[in-house]
Amino acid sequence: MIARILAIASAEFRIQRRNHWVFTATLIMLLFALALTFAGSAPTGALGVDLLTVSVASMTTLAVYLAPFLALMIAFDAVAGEAERGTLGLVLTYPLSRGEMLVGKFLAHLGVLAIAMTLGLGAAGLVASFTGGMAIESLWALLRLIATAILLGACFLALGYAASALSGSVAGAAGLTVGIWLVLVVLYDLGLLGAVVFDGGGTFTTDIFPWMLAANPADAFRLWNIAGSEQIALVTGMSGAGDALPAWAAPLSLILWPILALLLALGAFRRVEP
Amino acid sequence: MVDRTDTALDVANLSKRYGKAEVVAGVNLRISPGERVALLGHNGAGKSTLIKLILGLIRPSDGNVAVAGHAPGSAQARAATAYLPEQVAFHKSLTGREQLALFARLAGEKVKSADDLLARVGLSDAADRRIGAYSKGMRQRLGLAQALLGRRRIALLDEPTSGLDPISRHDLYAVIDEMAANGTALLIASHALTELEARTDRIAIMRGGKLVADDTLAQLTRKASLPIRISLTAEDGAADHVQAELGGHRVNGCSVEIFCTAEDKMDHLARITGLGSAVRNVEIAPPSLEDLYLHYCREDMQ
Repeated sequence: MIARILAIASAEFRIQRRNHWVFTATLIMLLFALALTFAGSAPTGALGVDLLTVSVASMTTLAVYLAPFLALMIAFDAVAGEAERGTLGLVLTYPLSRGEMLVGKFLAHLGVLAIAMTLGLGAAGLVASFTGGMAIESLWALLRLIATAILLGACFLALGYAASALSGSVAGAAGLTVGIWLVLVVLYDLGLLGAVVFDGGGTFTTDIFPWMLAANPADAFRLWNIAGSEQIALVTGMSGAGDALPAWAAPLSLILWPILALLLALGAFRRVEP
Repeated sequence: MVDRTDTALDVANLSKRYGKAEVVAGVNLRISPGERVALLGHNGAGKSTLIKLILGLIRPSDGNVAVAGHAPGSAQARAATAYLPEQVAFHKSLTGREQLALFARLAGEKVKSADDLLARVGLSDAADRRIGAYSKGMRQRLGLAQALLGRRRIALLDEPTSGLDPISRHDLYAVIDEMAANGTALLIASHALTELEARTDRIAIMRGGKLVADDTLAQLTRKASLPIRISLTAEDGAADHVQAELGGHRVNGCSVEIFCTAEDKMDHLARITGLGSAVRNVEIAPPSLEDLYLHYCREDMQ
């Protein structure tokens, strides 16, 4: 089983490298992270924190949008593309279960994301610490940011596979992944914001809203990074919601999401008739 | 179901319905190790669906398939099955060697065996080029190479000759014969009866999802009892006279065509000789492979 998973993973990683996805994803993360780090160097004096902290705070906001986006861009082709190009039927006649194939691809794609996140966010973090100094605490915050960004990517990779398996074509899968990104990363927050405003500080805002925030992987990612560091909470000004939750809520959500999404993707993949 | 070890493939009363359309309808087919069976039929006759059912890629609505005694799609059945799809496709950005090595690892074979197979199908020189730069014939050869990986009990080849030049086709025959000699049962799907299918041990013909014929070429020819065609070329102006004497129908100004059974052939020839110099030339054509195929595909067998 392991040998077959690794065979798929190494071939898939090679394909991603040749398609320049490893390079492209890393470059996108690097450019955005560096730009935000330098643009965000202004408020350090006013808040009395080092530049790395500010940089991690702005990169958290960046990663909320970019990590799901890059993951979905890599994943949407995984099943529908192979089915459409006719490569899926042949591979599935080999003694390889669909679960093994999915996990193999997942490992390869996760590797691509891990490289992009580590190099992109890490390089920007290093630059920030050289130019603006750093505390041990902010270094931990950077490492946590990189790890959680990879987890967030893992979640959206799996969601991308599910979309890819559910839609019959590559075009359909692309559309569905854009929808997933919009709903989970943008519209969900807007909806909650609207509900909080409408509620005007009632039970929804105090008891339900924080849990609904933790239930969304993108928000769980934010909460985890903000709850981890008081200074980052200070910079982003987003500490209130996290305080109402037990410390395990956001990490548990972010760890459960990739697993559940992978199971969903596997269920959808099993129904595909190539 | 009886597990017969001398049967590589056992298809029993197999049906597949999509809504009301019955794509495969009650097919029975049995192939022994080393046997080469041609599966013929028009586009849409159900050949590819039958193959996908045998591969376990789709589930049957009714009936059973046993691949070397195992359920289709099970790990044992898949390990025992080689498959060459009709439109064989690979990852464009992998090289031929990398793609074949991937298949070897999935099949549990040594990666080294992939290199030998590339040489076997004549792709050694192109082994380190990306598949995106391969011609259709080269992709077909790579597809054949992956079908040769390991010792398979049964090989399903869907239109293996499409896109092959005559030399490659000749190589394909050699590979098929070699597989059969090693005890692999072969099912070769095609949309016509050509020289390749005629070289198989048995011919199965599908029409409208049903298996309408399953026999050797000699038996099929005998059962069909197709007419022999005798073409006569008459001397100038003698065509009317020849037609009046022998029957048949006029093809053009000086030619007459007669169709007769194998038994009547000698009688006809005797009468033709009796006409003397009025007949300039005679050609006798036995039913062609194409005629035979069309006979079984058009015939209304209910």
